[in-house]
This record gives sequence, structure tokens and C-alpha cells, in this order.
Amino acid sequence: MFFHLDFFHLVRTTDIISTVEFNHTGELLATGDKGGRVVIFQREQESKNQIHRRGEYNVYSTFQSHEPEFDYLKSLEIEEKINKIRWLPQQNAAYFLLSTNDKTVKLWKVSERDKRPEGYNLKDEEGRLRDPATITTLRVPVLRPMDLMVEATPRRVFANAHTYHINSISVNSDYETYMSADDLRINLWNFEITNQSFNIVDIKPANMEELTEVITAAEFHPHHCNTFVYSSSKGTIRLCDMRASALCDRHTKFFEEPEDPSNRSFFSEIISSISDVKFSHSGRYIMTRDYLTVKVWDLNMENRPIETYQVHDYLRSKLCSLYENDCIFDKFECVWNGSDSVIMTGSYNNFFRMFDRNTKRDVTLEASRENSKPRAILKPRKVCVGGKRRKDEISVDSLDFSKKILHTAWHPSENIIAVAATNNLYIFQDKVN
Amino acid sequence: MCVYRLVEVNGPVTGLGPVTQSAKIRVEDTQEKEGILPERAEEAKLKAKYPSLGQKPGGSDFLMKRLQKGQKYFDSGDYNMAKAKMKNKQLPSAGPDKNLVTGDHIPTPQDLPQRKSSLVTSKLAGGQVE
Repeated sequence: MFFHLDFFHLVRTTDIISTVEFNHTGELLATGDKGGRVVIFQREQESKNQIHRRGEYNVYSTFQSHEPEFDYLKSLEIEEKINKIRWLPQQNAAYFLLSTNDKTVKLWKVSERDKRPEGYNLKDEEGRLRDPATITTLRVPVLRPMDLMVEATPRRVFANAHTYHINSISVNSDYETYMSADDLRINLWNFEITNQSFNIVDIKPANMEELTEVITAAEFHPHHCNTFVYSSSKGTIRLCDMRASALCDRHTKFFEEPEDPSNRSFFSEIISSISDVKFSHSGRYIMTRDYLTVKVWDLNMENRPIETYQVHDYLRSKLCSLYENDCIFDKFECVWNGSDSVIMTGSYNNFFRMFDRNTKRDVTLEASRENSKPRAILKPRKVCVGGKRRKDEISVDSLDFSKKILHTAWHPSENIIAVAATNNLYIFQDKVN
Repeated sequence: MCVYRLVEVNGPVTGLGPVTQSAKIRVEDTQEKEGILPERAEEAKLKAKYPSLGQKPGGSDFLMKRLQKGQKYFDSGDYNMAKAKMKNKQLPSAGPDKNLVTGDHIPTPQDLPQRKSSLVTSKLAGGQVE
């Protein structure tokens, strides 16, 4: 039963984590932070002696992906914060990932070196050139084993294609192209070409005063390389087919839940803004996250979601103060598990929520150092809305809104999750037995 | 004087079926009940605090602010003048009127026009630009 989670692993990072992503096998876990750094963790191979000891995630590579920049022409400060990391499927011994800040996408190659050539003729062991006159014999250099070194090198830099801030990147299933989306436009790139990109969505109005919505997230379909979706600040999702036209301004499908006009308030549009959209692994469903709910949509039904889950509905009576302290604009992400049967998203007070789509059970868990000892099972938490508060419960007024879990990731095939709580990375695993 | 009432609220339909929630909501005596939704009560609270809010369509204010994130007004003239002054004097002093200082070490001459307030309007100030 999945909801018995072991607290497993806690890594304290120097900066606020801004993105978390497993690679396609789950062997690697990448995090990006506010300081522009990427840290990659690798799962230890289970040794034959310790069958029951599952692999831990240890630091594999750390590198500075992006630096802060200043655009003098536009008087714009460009943050180095990594907004998203996406892995490419592995095709050889090296690992490739895309990382992006607000303006520039970079392709990084992470490779191992465990052998070093020794016995050069023209260079000595320190690499200094030898005087050819002193060389009297020839030898063949040989490869000798060395301590494992993991190097990260930037292989491509995709710059100057976005006027607005990049919120999403998505690798296409053709493994040749990827897209990057900003507030108003989506561009399609080929991995090999950095000086050109195709604009495939442009929602910028001719007159900016008429601006009513922005793009909040975008993703390619997991199997159909011609299909992608993008979500908006008005709570709608558009599915586009690149075979229909070069510029996909006209959607193929339009997903919107009808709103009861009597429920409308000042906050309605703000809380309906979708902060994340994710295809299921099967490609049949999409999941969206808005401020208070997670919704699952069937691609074949545009007029309403098939499932809606309340993440923290008790915040409805706090919207005034959440608006004043800007929390109402927090962008929470959501993830599927490997079999698309459970979905997970974060909340405040370092709480995160999991919903089992089959059993309809849900649980609230907390990522905190006080409650987490190695191998201890996570205890479900409960928020008390009103009336009598039980001993274990926490009241809505005591929630810490500065402790928000915006980024989580789920291993592609196992019940291992990574939860980023400010500058702490928690890794939880399903209890064995 | 505020009155506390225990109110039944019907939540949106979920995969579990209709959800009923109990919530304590503070209802202002003097106001008409703005529906029994907690959202409406919150909206009333907000409007009471900031009366000018919502007179412009809320959407475009938020969106404009979002699109202009990162805007820092860098003036190369001020920068170069400050650099020149640094060469002559060690530390340029702030002008006698502290309000005219536009940067850490850049004194504003008396005859330069007052800087206009930022285009990025405060969402709570109702969008007034000087």
C-alpha cells in the first residue's frame, strides 16, 4: 500500500530549489536552484550483498548552469534561477539535459571519465611540453584507470528567442525537437540548431491593452510528436496539432470547465489560473493544477474534467490575506506516478498531498526535519477547518505560508518521490514489506 | 460588531461526489450577505480594505505586472556621471535633499526633473500613475 512512506534522504542545499526532475530510468535526479546551479543525484547500484538495501541517491555532478545577466537595452534584470530541467532519453553513455532560466535554454552533456591516457611522447605527466630534442624513444600512450570524474559541458545554448519569461520546456517524443514556452509565445527548436527556432504559438495581441490571458505551461504529448498542450491564466487548456498549420494559433481542442456565474468573485480568475499541466504516461489524460485543485481531463472530453481533487479548499476563507501576501500567485506543480494511478502535488506548511485515482483515497504528508528520522514512516497530517481541533491536527490559522512545496517529482517506475521544500530536498521511498 | 455563523457550504463536484464542508465565516452585520460562499466574504473583506480595487479589469493589471517582472531602470547617463565624479572626488555626497537621491552614490542635480514613479503599478493602489 503506497501510503506508507519511509523518510529516506534529506539533502540540504545552499539555495532555494526551483525545479526537480527524474530522468527516464529514475537512475538520476536533477535539481535546479535559484542561484542557477544544477545538482544531479545518482542512485547507488544495489549490491549483491545487500539485496534489501535500496539504492541511495548521492551527489553525482554539480555545475553552474546559468549566470545572472542584465539586458541593458530593455533595462531588464535576467535571473539565473533555473525554471525547468528536462532530461533527454539516454542514447549513449552520456546523459543530456535541458535547463532553462527566464530567457535562455541550455543543453548540457554530463559524462563520466574513468580512464586517462598516460605515456604521451611530446608531453610529460604534468602536461608540459617536452623538448623534442630530448626524446630518444617512442612509446604508445595507454589508457589507465583513474578516479571517476563526472564532467558537465554546455553543448548548445539556445538564446535570444524569448521576449517574455520562459515558463516551460518540453522534449518531443521524436527526440529531435523540443519546445520552449513563455508568457505569450511558444517556440519549437531542433537540438542541433541554435540560431533558429520556429514560432508555433503566438497569443500576443496587436494592442497590449487587450491582453487578457497568458500561457502558463506547455508540454508535448508523450507519444504523438505532432501534439502538444498549453494552459492559460484563465484556466483553459488548448491542444494543438502541428500538422494542421505552421502557426498553431487555432487550437484543435479547447478544454474548459463551465463556471457557475453565481459563484464568481474577484478571486475567481486568479485561482483558476493553471500553474502546471502534465500528460499522463499513457497519453490519454492531462492533469492541471490551479490554486486550490488538481483536475484530470480526458483528451476526448473538452467540456469538463473527469476528476477534480481538492488540495486545500480550507484556503477559500483565507483568500483575502493570501492575495495581500501574494501567496495566491504561487505556482504549484503536479505529477503522475509511473502507472498514472496516483497524483501528487504540494501545499503550504511543507505539506504535500497524494490522491489515489482508483481508490479515491487521499493523504496529506509533511516534509520536515522534525518529523523525519531515517527509515521512519511518515505520518498522515490533517488540517482542521473549524470547531474542535484534535490533538494531532493543525488549524488553518497556524499554517506557515512561507513553507511551500511547489516542486515534486515521481520516479518513472518505482514508488520513490522527491519533494523540494525551500532549500531542502527530501527523498521518500515506499516501505519495503 | 461581527456575528459568527456556522454555515454549510457545498463544495464543487469532485470524483468523490458532492462534498459538504462546514466553515465558520464572519458575516458583517451592516452588509448584505454576499452569498454564503467564503470567497465572497473574502472579496468583501478585500474591497473594504482597498476600495479602489477592481475598478480596472483585474486581469490586465496582474498580467502586465507579470510580463514586466525584472524591470530595473538603469540610466547610463547617471552611471557615467557617477563614474566621472568618482574620479574627481573620493565619495560623492548625497544631495541636501535626500528625496532627490536616485541611487546609492549618485547625487541628483537640482535641475534634473523629478523621476516618475514606476510604470509597474501597485496592484493595491488602483493603478494611478503620476
